[in-house]
Amino acid sequence: MSRVAREKPGPLEYHRRWPLQLIVGATFFFLYFPLIILMVFSFNDSRRNIVWQGFTFDYYEKVFKNAELIEAFGNSLTIAFFCTIISVILGALTAVMLWRFRFPGKTAVEGAMALPIVVPEICMGVAMLVFFAKIMPWPSGMPWPLNLGAIIIAHVSFAFPFVATVVRARLASFNRELEEAAKDLGASEWRTFWDVLVPHMQPGLIAGALLAFTLSLDDFVITFFTAGPDTITFPVKVYSMLRFSVTPEVNAASTILIVVTVALTAIGLHLQNQSENKKLKP
Amino acid sequence: MEQTWRQARGAFAAIAAPPLVWLLLFFLVPLGVIWAYSFGENVGPITIDLTGTFANYMRALEPLYLGIFGKSVIVAGVTTLLCLLVGFPVALAIAFASPRMKAWLLLLIMLPFWTNLLIRTFALIAVLREQGYVNFGIEWFWNLASSARELVGMAPLGDYEPLTLLYNNAAVIVGLVYVHLPFMVLPLYSALDRMDRSLMEASLDLGAGHLRTILLVVVPLAAPGIASGVLITFIPALGSYLTPDLLGGTDSQMIANVIERQFKKANDWPFGAALSFLLMYLTFFAIAAQALIQRKPGRR
Repeated sequence: MSRVAREKPGPLEYHRRWPLQLIVGATFFFLYFPLIILMVFSFNDSRRNIVWQGFTFDYYEKVFKNAELIEAFGNSLTIAFFCTIISVILGALTAVMLWRFRFPGKTAVEGAMALPIVVPEICMGVAMLVFFAKIMPWPSGMPWPLNLGAIIIAHVSFAFPFVATVVRARLASFNRELEEAAKDLGASEWRTFWDVLVPHMQPGLIAGALLAFTLSLDDFVITFFTAGPDTITFPVKVYSMLRFSVTPEVNAASTILIVVTVALTAIGLHLQNQSENKKLKP
Repeated sequence: MEQTWRQARGAFAAIAAPPLVWLLLFFLVPLGVIWAYSFGENVGPITIDLTGTFANYMRALEPLYLGIFGKSVIVAGVTTLLCLLVGFPVALAIAFASPRMKAWLLLLIMLPFWTNLLIRTFALIAVLREQGYVNFGIEWFWNLASSARELVGMAPLGDYEPLTLLYNNAAVIVGLVYVHLPFMVLPLYSALDRMDRSLMEASLDLGAGHLRTILLVVVPLAAPGIASGVLITFIPALGSYLTPDLLGGTDSQMIANVIERQFKKANDWPFGAALSFLLMYLTFFAIAAQALIQRKPGRR
């Protein structure tokens, strides 16, 4: 085998063969070219957004002076924050329930928990629209952050089953004897849960929180149906700006959101790696 | 070993109650209301009578709406096929890369995932529109060809007419592929990564070419991954709202756009509810079909 010349790819080194390299390169170009163009042109000194005229921060200044846009951005972050907290708690409880107990109707509960993941967004969106219009009208004019309650509830409903899936995968590697040992040594149910099970779930909880946060921040369709006129989120605001006119302001606002999400995800992944590495050390 | 709920009733109640109540109240009840409305009738501007009529479903089966359903299935199907054709080689390359490179390539595939769907669609519009970069690129080649013709003494080509790349069905499909490609690559990658490579080596040693090895050995081995990738791509593509709304023209509406119109503009909630449930049944049908297909090879 060592007789194969170094320059020649080995039989299974598919990533070193040019047809595949070409396809991978073209795919990444397809995925990134539009996004890079979008970010570059947020610095373009031209209203028309077509030909490069020179570098400017003007549109960022405009974004920060656009009170509606800033409010929408704040709303989005607030919703994502509350959605993450509630989803992580509910998701962790779901995971522990399905992992730990045998109970009648378990298959049905498992199926129902998978529903929010598979039901088309549009169906969930209209269901939330009707629910908050007819069954549980959300009072308008509530103080912040209660005015965002309806959107937060809708977001939690689709985010927490995702968290549950992630946490449950993590729980599969838990040694149940540890729990029994803790109880034998006199720890209460609550103590065992908090001191034995939760530390083990931690990487799953972080990953789940990250997922819930991005899902909430990203969501347009369900928010579009749930949001009232005075509770605009960032994606909904960008959508209406897009419909109205495409100015570099939209590019600048989008660039900010991309940077925020990528940075948050990077921090989350870093934390997750750290907590996993800590576990490996004796 | 799992505990039965009887052994720790208190703990079970404390753990199970919050998520179950939430799911019931804020997910199943809203869906149930929609389901009930799909058998209702508009009797006033805001009042809906639940009369148990099937008229909404009958209306959804009219050729106009049946056509839109069919079109949605075809658009989602073509999207899935394109994602598979592009995603398979990419997943193959990632699975066989060195561990360090693998991590980077996976990160690069997942990064657009974390970017807002709306922003990605907007980015695509800027590239595809008449004064976008795809047209600029073609124009450059066009002018090059034109001056080349002049050099050899032929009449130059006329002025470049920008292609209309947006607001048609092709734009919707390109947009859907753009958005859903990571959904396909990730399950394919995890199937290919777990595959027993000695089988590929055996096939290559015994004289099969690479293409033959991939078609006859790798594809059957990766079949479960392919099936789940197809499902994970097809379902969201089928119900997509934003991409046809922003990239499509008047004739490229998908079923989600029709549903939105019933609820926001036409104000015909019962009919919109019936369409929503038909879309949901279609989704469940796709999931059930996938489960059936996946069960078969396991029995061999």
